[in-house]
Parts: sequence; structure tokens; C-alpha cells
Amino acid sequence: MSSRAATEERTARWHDLRLLLRLLRYLRPYRTAVAASLLLIVAAALIELAGPYLTKIAIDRHIVIGDADGLARIAALYLAALVGAFGVRFAQTYVMHMTGQRVMRDMRRQLFGHLQRLHVGFFDRNPVGRLMTRVTNDVDAINELFTSGLVTVFGDLVSLFGIMGVMLMMNVRLALVTFSVLPLFFIVTYWFRRGARRSFREVRAWLARINAFLQENLSGMSVVQIFRQEERRRREFAAVNRGHADANLRSIFYYAVFYPAIELLAALAIALILVHGGGRILDGVLTLGALVAFIQYTERFWRPISDLSEKFNVLQAAMAASERIFDLLDAPPEVIPPERPIILPRVEGRLSFEGVSFAYRTGVPVLQDIDLAVEPGRSLALVGATGAGKTSIVSLLTRFYDPQSGRVTLDGVDIRELDLAQLRSSLALVLQDVHLVSGTIASNIRLGSPISDERVQAAARAVHAHRFIDSLPGGYDAEVRERGATLSVGQKQLLSFARALAHDPRILVLDEATSSVDTETEALIQDALRVLLRGRTSIVIAHRLSTVQHVDEIVVMHKGRIRERGTHGVLLALRGLYWRLYQLQYKDQEPARPPASSAVTPA
Amino acid sequence: MRELRRLIPYLSRHRAALAWGLLCLLLTVGLSLVTPWILRHAVDDLTAELTRRKLYFYALLLLLAVAVEGVFRFAMRRILIGASREIEYEIANDLFAHMTRLSARFYQANRVGDLMSRATNDLSAVRQVLGPGIMYSANTLATFCGAVTLMSTISVHLLLVALLPLTAVALVVSRLGRVIHDRSEETQAQLSELSALVQENLTGARMVRAFVQEAHEAQRFERENAEYLRRNRRLILLIGGLFPSVQVMMGLSAIAVLWIGGRLVVAGDMTLGQFVAFGSYLMMLVWPTIAVGWVVNIVERGAASMGRIGRILDAPAEIRDEEVDEVPAVKGEIEFRNLSFAYDGHPVLSAIDLHVKAGTTVAIVGPTGSGKSTLVSLIPRIFDAPEGTLFVDGHDIRRIPLATLRGGVGLVPQETFLFSDTVGANVGFAVPHDNRDSVVWASAIAQLERDVREFPERYETLVGERGITLSGGQKQRAALARALAPDPRILILDDALSSVDTHTEEEILAGLRGVMRSRTTLIVSHRVSTVKDADLIVVLREGRVSERGTHDDLILAGGFYADLYRRQRLEQEMEDA
Ligand SMILES: Nc1ncnc2c1ncn2[C@@H]1O[C@H](COP(=O)(O)OP(=O)(O)OP(=O)(O)O)[C@@H](O)[C@H]1O
Ligand SMILES: Nc1ncnc2c1ncn2[C@@H]1O[C@H](COP(=O)(O)OP(=O)(O)OP(=O)(O)O)[C@@H](O)[C@H]1O
Ligand SMILES: [Mg+2]
Ligand SMILES: [Mg+2]
Repeated sequence: MSSRAATEERTARWHDLRLLLRLLRYLRPYRTAVAASLLLIVAAALIELAGPYLTKIAIDRHIVIGDADGLARIAALYLAALVGAFGVRFAQTYVMHMTGQRVMRDMRRQLFGHLQRLHVGFFDRNPVGRLMTRVTNDVDAINELFTSGLVTVFGDLVSLFGIMGVMLMMNVRLALVTFSVLPLFFIVTYWFRRGARRSFREVRAWLARINAFLQENLSGMSVVQIFRQEERRRREFAAVNRGHADANLRSIFYYAVFYPAIELLAALAIALILVHGGGRILDGVLTLGALVAFIQYTERFWRPISDLSEKFNVLQAAMAASERIFDLLDAPPEVIPPERPIILPRVEGRLSFEGVSFAYRTGVPVLQDIDLAVEPGRSLALVGATGAGKTSIVSLLTRFYDPQSGRVTLDGVDIRELDLAQLRSSLALVLQDVHLVSGTIASNIRLGSPISDERVQAAARAVHAHRFIDSLPGGYDAEVRERGATLSVGQKQLLSFARALAHDPRILVLDEATSSVDTETEALIQDALRVLLRGRTSIVIAHRLSTVQHVDEIVVMHKGRIRERGTHGVLLALRGLYWRLYQLQYKDQEPARPPASSAVTPA
Repeated sequence: MRELRRLIPYLSRHRAALAWGLLCLLLTVGLSLVTPWILRHAVDDLTAELTRRKLYFYALLLLLAVAVEGVFRFAMRRILIGASREIEYEIANDLFAHMTRLSARFYQANRVGDLMSRATNDLSAVRQVLGPGIMYSANTLATFCGAVTLMSTISVHLLLVALLPLTAVALVVSRLGRVIHDRSEETQAQLSELSALVQENLTGARMVRAFVQEAHEAQRFERENAEYLRRNRRLILLIGGLFPSVQVMMGLSAIAVLWIGGRLVVAGDMTLGQFVAFGSYLMMLVWPTIAVGWVVNIVERGAASMGRIGRILDAPAEIRDEEVDEVPAVKGEIEFRNLSFAYDGHPVLSAIDLHVKAGTTVAIVGPTGSGKSTLVSLIPRIFDAPEGTLFVDGHDIRRIPLATLRGGVGLVPQETFLFSDTVGANVGFAVPHDNRDSVVWASAIAQLERDVREFPERYETLVGERGITLSGGQKQRAALARALAPDPRILILDDALSSVDTHTEEEILAGLRGVMRSRTTLIVSHRVSTVKDADLIVVLREGRVSERGTHDDLILAGGFYADLYRRQRLEQEMEDA
């Protein structure tokens, strides 16, 4: 073994130990249950010892002397022991399994809670399916460690040391001969641990890949079908699936070798005793009885060892899973709520961006030197070509991301110093990507906030969603499927709009809030908004300029910078970008200049 | 248990492996009986005359026996567990393949997280039946037969007595088995619930944060999490009862042997030696009977899970080829003949008559929820129109092979869905891998090219799940390019420019005009500027065609469209004034 491999092994062992200690910490709230379980296991073992002992008494005291009545007493005692064992075993299984389940519940809760704290950017990079694997499958993989692993390991260790002690007491030489096989045992375990660990890790990784693949492709199955890529997806799935199966097959290999290897070591120990002890009998130093007893003890000696090895497998599998769970738990939220947050007594709604620059990925600036200010109760519109950075501005405002330089303030306070919940609940967003959840119409508008039915309905009325909601079977209690699958896109957008209004925010942010809504409804909403927005600050992003004309200030963005700003009239007079956009939208005739791209034809 | 019948074809495909595996298992069990035998002889010899050579001989024999047994044990595990992994692999493939055939209706009725849970958690429960389940059953059976044979050589009478309580095991098992089955189904269902909740929560990460729903979501999760614990508890109560009760039956056997056997010995019908031997053989039954509890647990859980998987496999692929005509390719003529359509009894379209000649452009406008998307989604058969109402090139749409039909249609859905892959792979989703040119061409028309040029890795830039790392307009244009890339005969744009600014829209439309000239195009839009040049404009209101004609016709007619036009004009004039 090279010294580097040795160091690696050492660090791996430390790593394992740390993982294990961290896992054990989850048992702390249940230490009484664990202790009870340990006691019960000992009790069960003791009661079960009664069986052979009673048989012995039955033979020695009753059968041999032909006492059939005494036999009945023994049988009754035996029965009592049996019932006792049943009770104890039942209690032990129940307690330990429940503890395992409780620990898993705690872990799930912790994982889910942590996922709620993580910043939005984390989800840009990590497929949902992979994260789901952590919360469900990986946690489950730890279960066995708690249910069948830990407590029995304790029992095994006790009996192992007990037997070793007895063997040493009986005959030190023979005992040492027996123990001489132990180094081999450590080598086998070492080999197994390295191999099994690797393959268990692979299994976890492949499982996550399967889940990510399924999550994505089941969500987008209709796209796969429209473009007839079913066959390809099947092939791709088969490949991921194959990877998973192969990783599993590799781990079987280690298992399959490990058990026979341990048995062979046990046989080796017995063979050594036979040769050595047999020789000593021939020399007349050892009695036959001692040898037989020793062989029996050796067999007993290996039972806990092979049990322990079995537990070791469970442990390895659990380690591989816990490693991934802890990795997720240790992923730091990048948007951190301040330690001592400033809580505004009243949110006025004054917003400003001061020299803000931002990039999602270093080296690819998305926003540069943004300066903006909105007075309380005023409105601001962001317009500009697609990809100009409008949505990104909103994302900074809600602290989905933090800017690399400059600062964003609410009522003059840097939002990084504000209470995150207060900041976000004083804003309400109509996101560009509408997200509905399974539930009802009302629950989608209300979400988890305490909003009265009246307010839910008022919000729906304001966005003119009331009519279509009423026509649904069940009205506001009509079922909404995952992602609102049974609603038209415009209807979904209206619900998302109603949701924002129902939350009655100081600041309303509309990111393309009516892009899929028909013009008439849009105009009606505009009218309603004029009343609703009174006294609120609002930020409107829209490509349809008709929706932004009435705002107090329009900001025109281009490639991450602010290019023009002013009121509608001022901007038209400027004859710049805004004017060009406006002309395009409302001119009546054919476009004059065909863009270069139309000349390109398919190859 | 009936659910497990579905596994038979898979098992029979692997019957050779299974047979070998079981053979190895028998040999392993057989050889494991050899070790005590060798030891006995060695010890016996030690009392008589023994030489060192004999001692070595026994030691070697012992090692050899264990080594050979080890080889078989190794082979047994590899083969049996290996086969179970192979079958798991095959079932997973079949399951996914079936899911690729299921229609939109299925995906509306089932949550993704639930489906995922079935494909992984439930499948792994089934795998347990195939691997450890089979292995331990066989092992148990073999040991049981061995022990029973040995016991019958001593006393058939006593054997029957000993087996009597064990028959009660069968009773307990069949009783508890059923309940375990039902309760594990409940548990698995709740795991699905949990998984669906997590899936929805994570895909809506932005919404959850924007509306400060973290605590509420955590609460919701906690409720389901606690329910999962509760259901598991019900299961554990059973399993906790199952194992010890099997052991009690075993103990009853021992008592019966002690009691009856003891009397036999007392009566002189049996020797003490026989009695002791019988007792030790009975001990050999301990492990198999305990294993019975274990196997039952595995099998019942597996059966419940197989049932849940089976419900997906039994879901009919509603949209598929039935009787099809020879249609080599789609030309592009579309005709709706008195078409009415309802979602689960909820009528959405009624009496639609519309003839779209090949190569023309038809625009569809109408209020939100009027059925525009429904109408166009019937063409690539996302939903199925009733028979005899929708024709492409004169064929009833159901008589055109699905692959030909969909190959001829390029749809840009109203809601964009991109895959977490590179931009290039997304645009080239429907074209052969090496066809770079059509990717570039399509991106150019969709005006995506210029954005791509700004990305550091160009077409190799990875987009997040659902295209999350692109802007709204970029996503939409990528979806447009994806539909254009295979150069379809029929192009359907369902409000496909809603997230694109006017300037870019104008450029896209100009580029598209060249493409559209030779193709049938359906455009759904709310903007007059997008639809006014169409050959025919159709107004859809509450599922009916209320107006039709060219831009000028409709302005003259003075209906919904004219109103729409006026509104969009009016806003301008108001400002200009
Ligand atoms: N999560 C993200 N990770 C990496 N890059 C991103 C992310 N979101 C957006 N971008 C990139 O940042 C740029 C600006 O995107 P943004 O969404 O702010 O544009 P937008 O002005 O809202 O455009 P649109 O009108 O199309 O919605 C785009 O080039 C986009 O590709
Ligand atoms: N899968 C579905 N199951 C049941 N009902 C549906 C389904 N999809 C849509 N609907 C209902 O059918 C009606 C028409 O929906 P459709 O999506 O066709 O409208 P649309 O004209 O495209 O609207 P929009 O302009 O908002 O996109 C709506 O009332 C909608 O709620
Ligand atoms: Mg945007
Ligand atoms: Mg639609």
C-alpha cells in the first residue's frame, strides 16, 4: 500500500467516523427509546436462553427418571417463557422501527426546511429530481441502519468480547491461534469497504440521475411526443437505467465475495485449532474436551463477526446516502437573511437601485450600473428587448439573487439588511413564469396566507377572472391540477395576477402579467388597476407598450443597461429606442426593411 | 399476490439464470451440512488413533469444503440477485416506454412526483421480491425439506406433532399477509404524496419565496410527513407482530416435542438419543420459519407495489395508431368538419367548420379561454378529436400514422418547455444530431441567433430545467426555433410571440414570412399586428367560430376583431393626440 493510499484511507476512515457521529446525533431525542431497545434485546436473549435450559432440566430431572407430571410443569414454564419472549421481541421491534421512522421523519423535515431556505440560484443548477432523491430515497436508505443496524451491533459487540474473554481464559495459546486470523479479516474488510463504498456511492448517484431524468421527461412528455423523440428518450432512459443496474451489480459482487470470504476465514481458524490443538492432544498437553469446546467457541466467535460484517454493509449503504444528504444540508444559502435584521415599522414603498451590477455567472454581466428610483405610490415601467435584463432587475429586488456591486434599497435601507420575510411580503409579484399548484382555485390565489374569501374573490374580480372561475364546476373550490394543467394559459395568468393582488402588497411587480391575456380583458384590468394601484408603488414590465403608457416613468433597457428614461411623451420626443418600438407596434403598414435573416434558407 | 403474476414473463425470460442460481443454492445448502460432518469425524478420530497427517488431512478437507461452498454461495448471490437487478432494469424500461406512449390526459390526471415514486420506490419493493425474496424462499424451502426428512427418519408421529403448530404459521401468515399488503400500499401511496409535494414545491421555488410561503410549505410537508410516519407505524405494528408470532409457533413446536416426545421416552417408545437428535433437528427449522415471516413481508410489500406500478402499465395509450392508411407524408391541408370537443364532458369547442388550404396562413384570435389552444392541439393529436371531424390532406386524422402526422407538424406550444440540455440540443431536438445547419437556420429565423452569439459557450450553453436560466423571450424563441428546425409542412404558433418585444417580433415575422409561404401556418395571437396579414382570420368565442375573413373583411364587419383593432389603434391615437 503506497503511503498516499494509506493517507486516503485514513482520511476516509475519519470521514466515515464523522458521518457516523453525525448520524448518531439524530438519535439523541430518542435516547430513552434506544436504551429501552437495548434492554429489551438483552431481555429477549436471556428469555430465549431459557428454552434449551428447560429442555436440559426436562431430560435430566424428568424424562430420565420417567416423571411425566413434572414434564407438564416444564412445558408450562416453557410456554410462559415463550409468551414473554413474544412480548419482548414485539416491543423491541416496534420501538426500534419507530425510532428509525422518527429519525427519518426528522431528517426529511430538516432537508425540506433547508430546501426552503436555499436561494433561488441553487435551483438553477440542481435538477429537481436529484433534490427529490435526497428527501425520499436517500433518507429511506438510512432507515435500515437505525432499525436493524445499531442496536444489534451493540449486542454483537458484547457477545464478541465475551467470547474472546472466555477463550483467553480457557487457553491463551489456542485463543491466540484463533485470533491470528483476525488480521486477514481486517484485510478482507478493508478491501470490501473500499469497493462497496465506491459502488454504493455510484448507486446513489445513478438513482439521482434516474429521478432527474424522470422528473424532467415526465413533466415535458407532451413535448417529447410532439417532436417524436419517444424512441430517443427510451434509449436515453435505458442508458441511465443500465448505469444504475450496473452499479448495483458491482455492489453485488462485493457482497457475494465478502460473505464466503468471512466463512472461509472462520473455517481457517477452525482448521488451525484442529491442527495446532490436535497436535497438542497428541503431545498430551490438551484434553479432547477442551478442544471440542474451543471449536464450538470459535464457531460462536465468528457468528457475531459475520453479523457485524452484515451490519457493515448496511452501514456502508447508509453512509453513501448520508453523505449526499449532509452535502445538501451543508449547501450554504447564498442569499442570507441578516443576523440582526432591520424591521421597518411601516413600509412606504420607496425603491432605489444604486449603481447595481449583476451577473448570474462570473464574466457574463447581465446588469451594469443600474440606477433607478421609485417614490412611494409611484409607478415605473421597464421596457426593452427580450433578454435585456428586466426580469433580472425584479429578481434582485426580491433578493432571489444579490448583486455583485451596488445596492438595492427599500425606504432607504439596503435590502440585505432588511428582514427577508418583511421585504418579500411587502412585494407581490406576478412572475413571468406562472406557477400553479395542485389544489383549488382559491388555494392558488390565497396560497398559505390568511386571506378571506371576500378578498380572494375581490382579487379575482379585479382581474376579470371571476367569470371563468364561476363557470367551473365548484367555482372557487374547483380542482386545479399540477401546474394548472386543465386551465388555459390566459386563465392561469389571471389567477397568478389575482394571487398578487390578494396579497395586498405595498409594492406590486408585474412581469409580463398580461402577455397571454386578450386585449379586452387586458384593458379592463388596466382600468381596475388604476384604482387598485392608488397609494402603491408599482413596477410594470411589458412588451405591449399600451400597458405601460400611463406610468410615471418608463425606463428603456438595452443589453443590461439603462438607455432611456422619462415619461411616454418625453421618450417619444427623444426619437430613440422607445420611439422605434412604439412605431413598430402601432404602425399600420407592412414592415419596410426585411431583416437579413429572412434570406437564410434551410440547408 | 395476484399482482405479482405480471412478473412471470420476466422471470421466464431469465429462467436459465434462475435455474442455475437455484442449483447453486441447493449445493450451498448441501455443502453447509458437510462441515459439521468433517468435524465430527476429526473429533471421533482424536479419541481413537490419530496421526499428524490425518490432522492435516481433515483441516484441508474442511477448508476445501468451505471454499467450494463459498464458490457456490458466491455464484448463487451473483446469479439470483443479479437476475433480480436485470429484471428491475427491464421493468423500469418497460414502464418508461409505456409512459412515453401515454397521452396528455394521463399526465393531467397524475402528478409527476407520484409517477416518479412508483418508478423508483415501488419498483425497488418489487425488486426485493425478485432477489432476496426468491433467494430466501428457496433457501427456507430447501432447509425445511432437509430437516423434515431427517426428522421423519426418527419418528413420523413426533414429526406430525411438531408440524402442527407450524401449520398455524401458514394461517397467521395468510391473515397478516393480506393486511400487510393493504397497509404497505397505503404507505407507498403516502410516499408518493410526499414526493409529489416536494416536486411541486421545488419546481415552484421562485413562487414560494416571492410569496414567503416557506413556513407554510414546511407545515404542509410536515403534515404529510407525519401522516407517512403514522402509516408506517400501522405497518410496523404488524411486522413487529409477525416475526415474534412466527417464533412463538416455533416455540410451540418445541414444547409439543418436549411434552409428547418426553412422554414417549418415558413410556419407552423412543430412546433418549432419538429424542435429543429430534430436538436438534427441530432447531434447524428455526431459521427457515423466521425467514418465512421475512419473506411474507417482502412479498406482500412487493405485491402492493407491483399493483401500483401495474396501474400505470394498464393505463391505455389512448392516442396511438389503430387502423391507418398509407400516408407517406403530410402535405398540409387541414379541415375541421363540424367539430365539437369536450374535456371530460366539459364542452369547449362546438360545430367548428374550418378549411385551411395547404400553404395558406390562418390566424385564430379570441378571448382568453375560448378554445384556441384546444383547437390547434387537436392537429398533432395531443388530444383526440371525435372521429370524422378532423382531416389532414383528406384523411381522417386518426388514419394517418402518428409518426407521419407529428413529423409534418411543428407546434410551438403556448407554454414553453425546454430540457436541461444545451441550447443547441434544445433547438435541434427533433432533427438528427449532426444537423447543425438546420439548428442555425432555425435559430436565425427565430431571432435566437443573436442571443446565442452573446452566450459564452454559444450553442453549447446549458439551460436549466425548463429553460430556467434563459429569459422569457429567449425561451419562447428557442421553442420556436425547435419547431422550425425539422422544417415541418404545418406550422402552428400558439401565442408563440407573447413574451417577445415588438421589435423582435417584427423581425421574426419578417423571417417567417419566407418560411410560411410554402407551408400551412396556424397562428394564435392576441395581437392584431401578428395576425393581420393572414389569409384568413378566424375569431373564436366560447368555442364557436363567430367571425371569419381577411383583416379588411373583419374590420368592415365590425365585430370582435374590429373592436380589437380599434382598441389597439385607439390607444395609439389617444397618446398621439
Ligand atoms: N437564472 C439565470 N441564470 C443565468 N442566466 C440567466 C438567468 N436568468 C436570466 N439569465 C440571462 O440573463 C439575461 C437577462 O435575462 P432577463 O430574464 O433579465 O431578461 P428579460 O429582459 O426579462 O427578457 P424577456 O423580455 O425575454 O423576459 C439573459 O441573457 C438570460 O439568458
Ligand atoms: N386539459 C384540459 N382539461 C379540461 N379543461 C381544459 C383543458 N385545457 C383547457 N381547458 C378549458 O377549456 C377552455 C379552453 O381552453 P384553451 O386553452 O383552449 O383556451 P385558449 O383559447 O387557448 O385561451 P388562452 O387565450 O388563455 O390561451 C378553458 O375554459 C379551459 O379552462
Ligand atoms: Mg423577463
Ligand atoms: Mg391558449
